[in-house]
Amino acid sequence: MQILTRSIPLFITAVAGIVMILSAFFPYTSDWGKFAGQFFNILAAFAFVLGGGNLLKLHLKKISDQRPGWAYSGVVLVCFIVTLFVGLLKIGAYPNPTYPSVHFGGETQGSGSMFWWFYEYAFKPLTSTMFAMLAFYVASAAFRAFRAKNFEAILLLGTAFVVLLGRTFAGVLATGWIPPDSAFSGLRLENLSVYVMQVFNTAGTRAIMIGIALGIASTSMKILLGIDRSFLGSGD
Amino acid sequence: MRTSSIQTILLTTALCALAGGQVVLGSSKARASFAPPAPPTDLVANDLPWDGGGTVQIDWAASATPADQLKGYEILAHELEVTPRDAAIETDEAADRAAAEETQSLLEGEGIAPEDARRQAALSTPEFVSPPEDVSEWSSLGIVPATQTDYQATGLNKAGVYLFKIRAIGLEGDFSAATASSGEIRPVAAFFNGRKLPLLITLILIASAVFVFIVLARRGMPMRIRKIAGLAAVDEAVGRATEMGRSILYINGIQDMDDLQTVAGVTVLGRVAKTAAEYDAKIEVPTSRSLVMTAAREAVQSSYFSAGRPDAYNPDLIYYVTDEQFGFVAYISGMMTREKPAACFYMGSFFAESLILAETGNSVGAIQIAGTANPSQLPFFVAACDYTLIGEEFFAASAYLSGQPDQLGSLKGQDVGKILVGIVIIIGVTLATLQAITGSDSLEAAVNYLVNVILGS
Amino acid sequence: MIRMLENLDRRWIFLAMALCVSVPILVIGLTGVTFPETPTPLAEAFFDEVDRAGEANGRRANVLIALDYDPASAGELSPMSLSLVNQCAQKGHRMYFISLWPVGPQMIEESIDKVIKRFYPDLVYGQDYVNLGFKAGSEQVIKVMGIDLTTEFRTDVEGTMLSQIPMMEGITSLEDFDLIAEISAGYPGSKEWVLYAATQYDIPLVSGMTGVQAPQNYPYYPTQLKGLLGAIKGAAEYEFIVNDYVREARVRSILAANGIDEETSLGLSKQLDQISTWTTSAEAASMSPAAKAELIDVATGATPGEFLEGQRRMGPQLFAHLLMVLLIILGNLVFFAQRRRGGSA
Repeated sequence: MQILTRSIPLFITAVAGIVMILSAFFPYTSDWGKFAGQFFNILAAFAFVLGGGNLLKLHLKKISDQRPGWAYSGVVLVCFIVTLFVGLLKIGAYPNPTYPSVHFGGETQGSGSMFWWFYEYAFKPLTSTMFAMLAFYVASAAFRAFRAKNFEAILLLGTAFVVLLGRTFAGVLATGWIPPDSAFSGLRLENLSVYVMQVFNTAGTRAIMIGIALGIASTSMKILLGIDRSFLGSGD
Repeated sequence: MRTSSIQTILLTTALCALAGGQVVLGSSKARASFAPPAPPTDLVANDLPWDGGGTVQIDWAASATPADQLKGYEILAHELEVTPRDAAIETDEAADRAAAEETQSLLEGEGIAPEDARRQAALSTPEFVSPPEDVSEWSSLGIVPATQTDYQATGLNKAGVYLFKIRAIGLEGDFSAATASSGEIRPVAAFFNGRKLPLLITLILIASAVFVFIVLARRGMPMRIRKIAGLAAVDEAVGRATEMGRSILYINGIQDMDDLQTVAGVTVLGRVAKTAAEYDAKIEVPTSRSLVMTAAREAVQSSYFSAGRPDAYNPDLIYYVTDEQFGFVAYISGMMTREKPAACFYMGSFFAESLILAETGNSVGAIQIAGTANPSQLPFFVAACDYTLIGEEFFAASAYLSGQPDQLGSLKGQDVGKILVGIVIIIGVTLATLQAITGSDSLEAAVNYLVNVILGS
Repeated sequence: MIRMLENLDRRWIFLAMALCVSVPILVIGLTGVTFPETPTPLAEAFFDEVDRAGEANGRRANVLIALDYDPASAGELSPMSLSLVNQCAQKGHRMYFISLWPVGPQMIEESIDKVIKRFYPDLVYGQDYVNLGFKAGSEQVIKVMGIDLTTEFRTDVEGTMLSQIPMMEGITSLEDFDLIAEISAGYPGSKEWVLYAATQYDIPLVSGMTGVQAPQNYPYYPTQLKGLLGAIKGAAEYEFIVNDYVREARVRSILAANGIDEETSLGLSKQLDQISTWTTSAEAASMSPAAKAELIDVATGATPGEFLEGQRRMGPQLFAHLLMVLLIILGNLVFFAQRRRGGSA
């Protein structure tokens, strides 16, 4: 069991990782890298079945146990199965213009198909709604979290005001009196906000990004050498 | 929309005229006063050695017409349509015909009607098409300034065979005759991509630093790591969940296992699950990818084993929700509001959902610890969570939590990488500043070398 | 007051935000008034780069337009796409649409329907623009396109072989494009195009992106990214420049078609408000009344100004930002009051 759960996965990790590194430097091995990448896609496709099965099991169990909110699980299952079949059977999809006589040749998501209909009138509005909720959460986070606790926080607050106002017409209203071609035009809020984003923000982001890149390099190395095995479930 | 097409034609015409294309407005006047420029000479094209393929180095001698009377040189290329699999390139039309006849007689001998045999033979034998006489049918790779006498043609088909020509362009957009065509060049890939040598050296330096410190740590060299508040708070968060009798929610990001952040998230999950098993707290892990679900189950199961509580492990608490970003967020937010977890962990790769999750968690009064390496989401987590692991802290979590010497050694190796980056930044900034002050050409060349060759590899 | 703020229910904040966004939307929708934009250098750089695409090679530019976003971020990004297509179509660039996002083709169709089919019906599919659709594989697609485009894209979105599409002739890899214009909502997006296209093959790249992504991409400007539009603000600025450009170009083309000399037409296109007065002058005597009416309509009417979505959305944005500033101030008032009382914040 130790071989199956520990040694073989570690061996696969090391080989795939080394192939990826080699393919970056040795052009002849670049196809190997692609090959390793394809294996991941194949595995992920298998995992779809696993995920779907898990989803069915969990919600069926919830319905059979009549746990609170079990009716919603029914909704999930119906939506899941209907979408799956509509997509697989390409219901309502126009035939492929080049090969009109071939069955299932049309585009699953082509406009007019039922899948497209689901997408356009259910998925799209739902997704947009969830995304739009961000505006509310940003507002409540702003009220609660941005406190002028110390000097650094005051600096940050000042910057936040510059950027918030500079990204709207309020910036033009507040500092529009500074002539655009004068030496002080950089102080106009809209220019100041670009300056803050481009210079201070860039410097900070770069520092974080360098740290992250090194962190990724060293973590990859640990995984390749088999020092960090926790992702295989080996514990400490 | 008559106007737009007129506009289009006008613009196209103007553009062609600018670069001396086929449509030359008012060229009769120009030609009367200027003779076409003299062609460049001594064209040499070679496959660039030590590259990843697809690049050809082209050099030529300047035209006899002075550079200030030229707009530039145009590089022309033609890809031969025949690319035989063997090394020899069939360029002899007679040989092609002979080969076709041979195939045809062979097919006829097999009992295929002569008409069909001829057609099949024609299809199976690559026919050599000689390059077009008219250079305007050659593809233009670009125009370089008249002061330049070399060019690297990049992005060519690695398996293709190319011919090259150069012609000069006069100030009025008139062309010189083109040079004789270069030899046939295959822009093949070399064994090693020399352009990436600086990157390879950097990789070796950082990797060996990590390796050396791992070995040193194993030999007993003491390693210290500063306190990371977010990780020190894991016990506090789990303890609180136990006291309140509520669950712990662990979100492993929304990316798959091929993202290193997800892997780092699973590592932290193992540790959190172990503490949860020891405290007998319930930990729930909804995932947005099926593979992450399997990996998380392995990690949690083994943590329960090592905590001596294998009976308490319930795989149904680690489950797949959906791959869809906002569908996942909707599920998690709803679940948080209903079940009110006492502690929420967000460890992995997050995008726009970060703030929705963290604010919902905050509103139900959970203690929240986040860790991500997506810089754009860090501010949201910092604002809405109690503790945040910023970028590299998140990757260091595994070493910090395990306390194993070889893991700590790898962090030390990472520091060497930072010193290296620091040195390169200082050198780069100094060179660029000095160059800006002095305007020196050699400094500019050095800065360009650093930016394009060393950092561009 | 402070006590009330201390225990403020989050739902009041949500309500205030809802009002700050919805009221301006309604008012702008009813009155059509938008705030004038002052374009920042980033948006100007974006416009200029699209404007001069292909100049170096002296041919009609081939512009690869990658729309890598989904409906969730369409609110922020579709005004950018529409203006981008508007500028390219007006300039006469050839447009090659692709997407690395599964739902991207819908975004492409939206842009084609709203801009090309409506305002540039003369443009021919397959000669002036082509929709290559979605390709799975994220950055891998970009890498392969860099070497050989036809391996990834064998047909266009309708299944027509690329060899049968006239404008695909001579397009074999990314290097055959004069410009890549990319609108991105995340991964794969601008960062991947920077890493695997702009840096590798030295092709000019401009990118529009969501607000959260912009900070991460500023480091790439101006070397790898020649122009950058961030969020709806960037979209509004760019839209403003493009609307002006399209209007001026149309005014000039009408004047040119009516035999007005270039100098006058150039001067007039810069002073659109003077056009109606000018048509009564002697210089305009050669123009037919119909042409004059068309000219005035183009110069002052709403035709090219159909693309105002980005600028319209700046209205709700202004009030939402002001609310945020107010909330931060109120939050700090509560904080200081608590601190004075010795309570914990």
